[in-house]
Amino acid sequence: MSVPRIRWHIIVFLAPATLVYTAVMIFPLFNTLRLALYSEVAQARVFVGLENFRTLFFDPIWSEQFWNALGNNFWFFLIHMLVQNPIGIALAAILSHPRLRFAALYRSAIFIPTILSFVIVGFAWKLILSPIWGIAPSMLDAVGLKFLFAPWLGKEEYALTTLALISVWQFVGIPMMLIYAALLSIPDEILEAGEIDGITGMSAFWKVKLPLILPSIGIISILTFVGNFNAFDLIYVAQGALAGPDFSTDILGTFMYRTFFGFQLQLGNPHMGSAIAGAMFAIILVGVCIYLFGIQTRMRRYQL
Amino acid sequence: MTRNSLKLALAAMGLVAAGAQAQDVTLTIESWRNDDLALWQQEIIPAFEAEHFGIKVVFSPSAPTEYNAALNSKLDAGSAGDIITCRPFDASLALFEAGHLTDLDDMEAMNNFSDVAKSAWQTDDGSATFCVPMASVIHGFIYNADAFAELGIEVPTTEAEFFAALDTIKEDGSYIPMAMGTNDQWEAATMGYNNIGPNYWKGEEGRRALIAGEQKLTDDPWVAPYETLARWGDYLGDGYEAQTYPDSQNLFTLGRAAIYPAGSWEIAGFNAQADFAMGAFKPPVRNAGDTCYISDHTDIGIGMNAATVNPEAAKTFLAWVGSPEFASIFGNALPGFFPLSKTPVELSDPLAKEFVSWRGECESTIRSTYQILSRGTPNLENDTWGASVAAIKGTSSPAELGQRLQDGLASWYAPQQ
Repeated sequence: MSVPRIRWHIIVFLAPATLVYTAVMIFPLFNTLRLALYSEVAQARVFVGLENFRTLFFDPIWSEQFWNALGNNFWFFLIHMLVQNPIGIALAAILSHPRLRFAALYRSAIFIPTILSFVIVGFAWKLILSPIWGIAPSMLDAVGLKFLFAPWLGKEEYALTTLALISVWQFVGIPMMLIYAALLSIPDEILEAGEIDGITGMSAFWKVKLPLILPSIGIISILTFVGNFNAFDLIYVAQGALAGPDFSTDILGTFMYRTFFGFQLQLGNPHMGSAIAGAMFAIILVGVCIYLFGIQTRMRRYQL
Repeated sequence: MTRNSLKLALAAMGLVAAGAQAQDVTLTIESWRNDDLALWQQEIIPAFEAEHFGIKVVFSPSAPTEYNAALNSKLDAGSAGDIITCRPFDASLALFEAGHLTDLDDMEAMNNFSDVAKSAWQTDDGSATFCVPMASVIHGFIYNADAFAELGIEVPTTEAEFFAALDTIKEDGSYIPMAMGTNDQWEAATMGYNNIGPNYWKGEEGRRALIAGEQKLTDDPWVAPYETLARWGDYLGDGYEAQTYPDSQNLFTLGRAAIYPAGSWEIAGFNAQADFAMGAFKPPVRNAGDTCYISDHTDIGIGMNAATVNPEAAKTFLAWVGSPEFASIFGNALPGFFPLSKTPVELSDPLAKEFVSWRGECESTIRSTYQILSRGTPNLENDTWGASVAAIKGTSSPAELGQRLQDGLASWYAPQQ
């Protein structure tokens, strides 16, 4: 019996990634959580325990903003789940149809917005929807539907939904690509076997393909969840840090930014900002855990 | 051995540097006004250096949005310049309290400024002033003079005339009566509420009473401006809810709107963009013959880094910034940013002249939310943005808005409790 040899090469190969990830992700994450336990009194940092979280959840001034941002965030997520992912799946199903011409062209065209910067997307859509210079009102006018136009980004009741749909437009390429890849990996033999059993056309999609791509849909849902609850850029670019009108587009990211860095005459408060960041982290962690332990382990997988 | 020679070399370099300093002192100015770089390099600094032999000045600005954070870290690290451009109120007060800015009260040049001008850079009790006031911006309305002539409208002086003029423009239909949007929110508060408001709360009298806790935001002088703003909604362009600040500027300079609720900082840009005659009128008074009040808001000051190695030279420079000579160069090079010194400055730009002439006719005040009242959470200035927008859109009644702001302020500000 000999002592198992330490396999140095494993450590050496893991080291760069581990070190970089620790320095830029793990350390800042825990340092932010630590910062949330402090407060500043008379130019000195003092330890206050969970006081910042108590303020955030129970002080009416803070909690009202927090629940508003959280509610908006859920609506933002819901729109993505109900619009982005079904459209992404539908597009992938159409694209994977063997007789579709120019499939590569459509695929690239739909995917391109994903690689655009938020700044460009936000600015372009603001111009498109502008009641003064935008092409949206004139296009609606051309088909006689001008009465349907409203200054969507400036109305409390529409602004968040409009922004969510802009985000859907930008990111619909991601679920499409993932599902497309999953659909292509389904062997033809299975589909042919189904055909022999009389399952063709739409029912082939519902009864054969969909169960096989369910794990991919699960991954997409969790990616959407994490992405949406970390969202910030689009709202900030389109509506500014106050997330107007009247905080109707305020999500956790903009709320955190405003608190942490300050805004206009409001001085930054890194400690409350960290508390919000901590709450965001907890929400995402819980969401991911529910998925991992509650859904993914129960999902039926088929060996292809 | 090698370490010793390195020390020697460093010491020698230090000596050389000190020797150079003895002959020529270099002052570095920290600023967020990177737009003004050319003005400083070509006009202001040469004028100063011509008179003060042996002092060199370097203007070193950073981007406006990064300035506060960059300055704070430089001050903490001890690498900030000798001269600090001061934001008004709490941002600079925090620097003074942290020991980064010097008390300048004993400087003679400070007597060139009024108390209102100095209030932006004073401790709450007024015992120490830590920046020399440099410039202010004045609020009012800029109008398309060609459009007014075409429609036969006289420049309004009272609120009744103001709304009558808006009605005339609206009936005619060839111009949008007023160019303002609520998308970016701040215009509604800055060019709306704080523009017309001083006529209601009687300028400094009301502002000080609010700080002292003698008036409340639910009192008529503070609620009535929202009632007036609520009438503005009818005269703004189609879809003003999604109209941004640049949209409004473009609507006006393209000649599509007749009146623009303005701050004087727009003058330089509008002069360059608009190809029609422009005029300006001050916020209309409620009844003919009332005293008028204007928002003459202190915006830029300049102070001395407490850690500077050249305090004498820095004070010489600050004294010069406080002089009428500087005021004249600065005021003419940047129309719309008005020097704050008591000695009147001869300005050449007609629009800027119109704005500054109101100082003689009206009582000056500053924006109501800037001093002390925006120190806590919720932030009164940010809340005023939202409230002004809600008033214009009509989503809340003026009384509700006053109550909401008062509740927010009272939640942290002891004199209002």
